[in-house]
Amino acid sequence: MPEYESGTEYIAHHLGFLRFGQKADGSWGIAHSVEEADAMGFWAINVDSMLMSLLLGVIFMGLFYFVSRRATSGIPGPLQNAVEFIVEMVQTTVKSTFFARNELIGPLALTIFCWIFMMNLMDLVPVDWIPLLAQVVAQDSHLYFKAVPTTDLNITAGFAISVFVLVIYYSIKVKGMGGFLGEFAFHPFGKWALPLNLIMEIPSFLAKPVSLALRLYGNMFAGEMIFMVIAMVGLYQLPLHFAWAVFHILIITLQAYLFMMLTIVYLNQAHTKSEAH
Amino acid sequence: MNLNATILGQSIAFAVFVWFCLKYVWPPITAAMAERQKKIADGLEAADRAQRDLNLAQNKAADELREAKVKSAEIIDMANKRSNQIVDEAKDKARDEGQRLIAGAKAEIEMEVQRAREVLRAQVAAIAISGAEKILESSVDQAANEELVKKLASEL
Repeated sequence: MPEYESGTEYIAHHLGFLRFGQKADGSWGIAHSVEEADAMGFWAINVDSMLMSLLLGVIFMGLFYFVSRRATSGIPGPLQNAVEFIVEMVQTTVKSTFFARNELIGPLALTIFCWIFMMNLMDLVPVDWIPLLAQVVAQDSHLYFKAVPTTDLNITAGFAISVFVLVIYYSIKVKGMGGFLGEFAFHPFGKWALPLNLIMEIPSFLAKPVSLALRLYGNMFAGEMIFMVIAMVGLYQLPLHFAWAVFHILIITLQAYLFMMLTIVYLNQAHTKSEAH
Repeated sequence: MNLNATILGQSIAFAVFVWFCLKYVWPPITAAMAERQKKIADGLEAADRAQRDLNLAQNKAADELREAKVKSAEIIDMANKRSNQIVDEAKDKARDEGQRLIAGAKAEIEMEVQRAREVLRAQVAAIAISGAEKILESSVDQAANEELVKKLASEL
């Protein structure tokens, strides 16, 4: 734990984003304090989250692309074996959950699972390492840098909204605009209870992306927060850190899997006609 | 709320990664997996077929062996019979031949006896006549006694 005046300041600094946007005086640049960052409004970008997200995505895609180039139907090497293990897990999940035919679902689920897993995995890197590295690289000992992209609501919401758009797109494509809207109007109580149906169905539909985004964000944020608290207790942090990290391995895998699973389920609903909600 | 344009950046990045995965990553890997599955299934099937063929061949070999055994037993049987027959025939022939030889010898002996008897008879007749001549010291009417002598000789 680097020298900070108080634990609160340490945690607050860890929660700050490296945010690029328009400052109060009208100039564009990196925010140097939490207040400045908060004042930037919507048209700003969290450079740290985006950078880590893209870096991890490129690592994951690069690895899988490398394997897919050299994929052989003969005896696979250890790397291909590992990749095939993941692909097969995703394929099995898709087959048992998604009953329509859509070539997009498999790659979509694979990307979601692996990418989110990689981002969550950054949680297991000791909390100060990546920010310290960023500070050294940037020659700025006060640089804000959040290492775990999934502790940024923007990232998880980015996933959730993309999935939500796909759900709407396929709902309309499969059921037609009438069928899609009809599900809100005429379920679950038939056409005579139309207002009640709308009151029940629209929030439950909108809750899908919100719950997707918040579930992942909340789990990762809480986990990261506990790592930070553990990092402040001196020498005792080592066993505590180990114990929490072991438990966290389960959480990060589970959350990545859940996000993938729910995506498949939502898209399956989008592809299934006349389903009673 | 902390939402900002990062959400858009992430969505775009997500779309690009999914597209990349759909285009370049997913198809080769799943194709390789499916092909391997097929290869394994084919291999298992081939092994099954080979096992069936082997069983068939083994059965056939056993059948042929059994048939050969039966046939060889038959041949041995026949050979035994034939040899017995040959031995029997040879015995019969030998016995016949022996009989024949014995009969020939007997006939020859008989003939010799007859001849000796003839010779003896003639000589006895002559001796008897000459004996009688000597006793009588006179010439006996040869013709009158011829009949008597012959009768005597045939009685010998």
